[in-house]
Amino acid sequence: MANEKKPRPAGKTADEMGKQQREISVSEFFTKNRHLLGFDNPRKALLTAVKEAVDNALDASEEAGLLPDIVLKLEPTGEGTNPAPPASQATRFRVTVVDHGPGIVRQQIPRIFAKLLYGSKFHRLRMSRGQQGIGISAAGMYGQLTTGKPVTIISRTGANVPAHYFEVQIDTKKNEPLILERKEIEWEKHRGTQVSIELEGRYQKGRASVDEYMELTAIANPHATFTYHAPDGETKVYARTIHELPEPPREIKPHPYGIELGMLLKMLQDTKSHWVSGFLSTDFSRVSAQTAEEICKAADIHPHKRPRDVVGADGERLFKALQATKLMAPPTNCLSPIGEQAILAGLYKQIKGEFYTAVTRPPAVYRGNPFVIEVGLAYGKHPELQAAQPLVKKPLAEGEVHEGEDDNELARVIRFANRVPLVYQQSACATFKAVLDTTWKNYGVSQSRGAPPAGPMAVMVHMASVWVPFTSESKEAIADYDEIRKEITLGLREAGRRLGVFLKRRERAAGENRRRNIFELYIDEVVAACKSLKGGKLNESKLKAQLLEIAKKKTGGEKTDELLDKKAGPHGLPNSIIVTAEGVEGDVPASVPPEGAPEAAAPAEAPAPEPAPEPAKPTKKGKPAKKAKPAKKAKPAKKPKPAKKPKPAKKKGKR
Amino acid sequence: MAKTNSVSNKLASLADIVIAAANKKRDPAIKIPVRSLSNVRFNEKKGLIEMGGNTQDRTFFNVAMAKKFMQTMLVADALSELQKAELTTSLREIYYRTKHTMADSHENTFDTQDESDPIIEDLEVGLEALREELHVRAENGGTVIGPLVLEDDGDRVDCAKLGKGGYSVPSIVEEDYVSIKKCSADFVLLVEKGTQWNRLAEDKFWKKYNCILMTGNGQPPRGIRRLTRRLHEEKKLPVYVLVDNDPWGYYIYSVVKQGSINLAFESKRMAIPQAKFIGLSSADPEKYGLPRNVGIKLNDKDIGRAKELMNYPWFQKKEWQGEIKRMLSSGLKYELDALANKDFQYLTKKYLPKKLSDKDWLD
Repeated sequence: MANEKKPRPAGKTADEMGKQQREISVSEFFTKNRHLLGFDNPRKALLTAVKEAVDNALDASEEAGLLPDIVLKLEPTGEGTNPAPPASQATRFRVTVVDHGPGIVRQQIPRIFAKLLYGSKFHRLRMSRGQQGIGISAAGMYGQLTTGKPVTIISRTGANVPAHYFEVQIDTKKNEPLILERKEIEWEKHRGTQVSIELEGRYQKGRASVDEYMELTAIANPHATFTYHAPDGETKVYARTIHELPEPPREIKPHPYGIELGMLLKMLQDTKSHWVSGFLSTDFSRVSAQTAEEICKAADIHPHKRPRDVVGADGERLFKALQATKLMAPPTNCLSPIGEQAILAGLYKQIKGEFYTAVTRPPAVYRGNPFVIEVGLAYGKHPELQAAQPLVKKPLAEGEVHEGEDDNELARVIRFANRVPLVYQQSACATFKAVLDTTWKNYGVSQSRGAPPAGPMAVMVHMASVWVPFTSESKEAIADYDEIRKEITLGLREAGRRLGVFLKRRERAAGENRRRNIFELYIDEVVAACKSLKGGKLNESKLKAQLLEIAKKKTGGEKTDELLDKKAGPHGLPNSIIVTAEGVEGDVPASVPPEGAPEAAAPAEAPAPEPAPEPAKPTKKGKPAKKAKPAKKAKPAKKPKPAKKPKPAKKKGKR
Repeated sequence: MAKTNSVSNKLASLADIVIAAANKKRDPAIKIPVRSLSNVRFNEKKGLIEMGGNTQDRTFFNVAMAKKFMQTMLVADALSELQKAELTTSLREIYYRTKHTMADSHENTFDTQDESDPIIEDLEVGLEALREELHVRAENGGTVIGPLVLEDDGDRVDCAKLGKGGYSVPSIVEEDYVSIKKCSADFVLLVEKGTQWNRLAEDKFWKKYNCILMTGNGQPPRGIRRLTRRLHEEKKLPVYVLVDNDPWGYYIYSVVKQGSINLAFESKRMAIPQAKFIGLSSADPEKYGLPRNVGIKLNDKDIGRAKELMNYPWFQKKEWQGEIKRMLSSGLKYELDALANKDFQYLTKKYLPKKLSDKDWLD
């Protein structure tokens, strides 16, 4: 048979192609590209859903001026009517998050939970956890896609109004909510929102797990209480340690350095101003009327021209003039960093260590966006843990070392952006790179090339900004801008320097102690050997006493005693906590609220005036709330005496 | 035994140092002679390496030395225990005997044998007591065969009637332990390698040439060195040393002849200044027609070691400088085993007979 070549199919006409061209709905797009939003695999999907729901709950409570009190419940569910398998084998979970926040008005509920790109946070320049308004509805859509179950919501805005119950789904073509069920119900909560999503997922403990996420969230939000019902039936409560709300962040206008040409053109069209000069000075931050005139002059545009008419080449010139004009950095009062005391509180509560310190950098700016970098550091093994483990004394065999002496555990880097933990893509993140590039050896911590520092240590980096530059939509890693990297590095260095001071002091004290101990230990051996060499004819106790006397003289005697007892404390280290077997030094947070402190969960009967903190008056540090005793210790915390400087150790015994 | 008592007294004197210092409120210090090249000198007249007078104070109340001081006392105690019990022991047993965990600490007195071995040497040198006198023995590290009759623990050992294996030489061969009953040999041949010693023993070389064959399997241990020295001294036997042609072979020869740096103080009892280097010389490959391809290229370590040897005072003779230079310029080293390239019995039948009849050796 002759194999004739088939004729190529005729090309399509523009008409035919036109018939196939149609709008792609955002929801459809994300259905196909769910990895962009962090739903790549079941384990990650479960975490992402939890994260979105918890973020929303925190944002809502804080915006309403309430101390967040959030309950997260994960339950394994069976497919169809099958009973639920155990948590480790389950493939479906119901994620339920309850806040005790302000609630949501009935009309908005369907759109918030079942319409992508709908929200309050995208359009404003203000620091918040969520940014785009995709998160929670994407989680709902993922649930709908994998289990077919709708999202159920209960919300109530006050004790005097009924609770509303909704079951909603998203119409993926139109990106509009479909309401499956709507009713008023009885709800034991007086106020707040509960959202429940059933989705395909996997529950696994360890790194990048929901458990880790909750732990980290508790560190970055010490003003919130979290109750976490894990799928295996365990319940963990992370109680609040800071009893005031962080200062609410404020909204700012965009800074000219932070916008792009297209954005400028759009703003020109949308503005309410009648003159270009007026547009510049009212729609941007840090542009005064006078500066606006100058900019117009530089761009060769009449200041009284109508903004709407500035298009094409004019627009481009205006953009260039804007970028070329010297302007003040954007205001930074729009940021709400966690704060050094709160970071200390969070770390102290969640990580058992010996040394804690926190650094909040002054605000800085990248691409016109203000930001603040905060660094926290927890080091060492808690004395309680130390005491618990190695006290079992067994003689060491040849080649053995003491437990814990040979472990080369690497430091854990915990990352936050606007108080949200980042758990994936660590190595792509500017914070992680900055940790690697810091020379930890300078601070007495060992570090191999291209690795994080080694040791029992957790390094925390938080970036607070009106716009955190993530490397992808799923918000997992902070982009590596020079300005951001520089701030992180400076923060890490300061924290590292303090750690270095702590380690050096501890080492010196231990060294002196060791000298003394060595001699005492060896004296027994030497005396015994002498006695035996002398055939038993020796006044043992006399020789021992004499040798001890010499040892004391050689190690600096009483002076050393003094040094050991009194001079090893944490003097002169700002914003740090040191935990020793004797007690805790530094300002330690309390888990019991001080009297009269506003509690969010309590005032159900009195819904009237919420004790929202005054944004105008910055709350002072060092209120009684923070000066409390260590929660578990019987002994009161030792107060460092900053007035007396530690005298340098005087003459010691000859080396 | 009077001798034992003197060692016991020397060991007990260490305790006296501690007690005396404690009475004077002083830091106790034990004087340990420095055992390094810097503290030895070559006595040209006697042909021996002798130890110099440099000592180092090992003090107790010094963080860097405290543990060593304590360990020294423990080892001294263990050695004194051996004296009292009239036992001999090994280095390793001393380590186990003195190892324990101190009081209620995690710290062991010794962690490895590497810590206790040098202390025994320190005491040996510091107290001027031979290791035999301290009752510490090494492993039986060498063998002897030939017309020699010994008495060991009351047993008669005829080294001519021990098959191919020979008599395993104990590390302590002092008169009290091993006595030479009869010796009719004409010379002693000390061979570096066990393999070549086996060749000679199997070929009954010793019978034909009426000699005593010894090997130390590498660097000869004390027992071999001391027995060779006794045969040389008491029976007036010349000693010939047969080693590989490489820097390590040269050094083995020099240790037999002049003594070692580390135990320079034992030279006067161990060294055999009249010992001769019979081979393998760097001149031999040419003389005996060994092909270049049975040589081995000198590596950097070999070259470095050879240059070190050339600087030692006891290698300054013209012949020796020439010998080493020749090896360096050829860039090759030769093993004794390489002689098998010509014939399995070349060593026994051609090489050694010719060397002996030509008196072709280095001093």
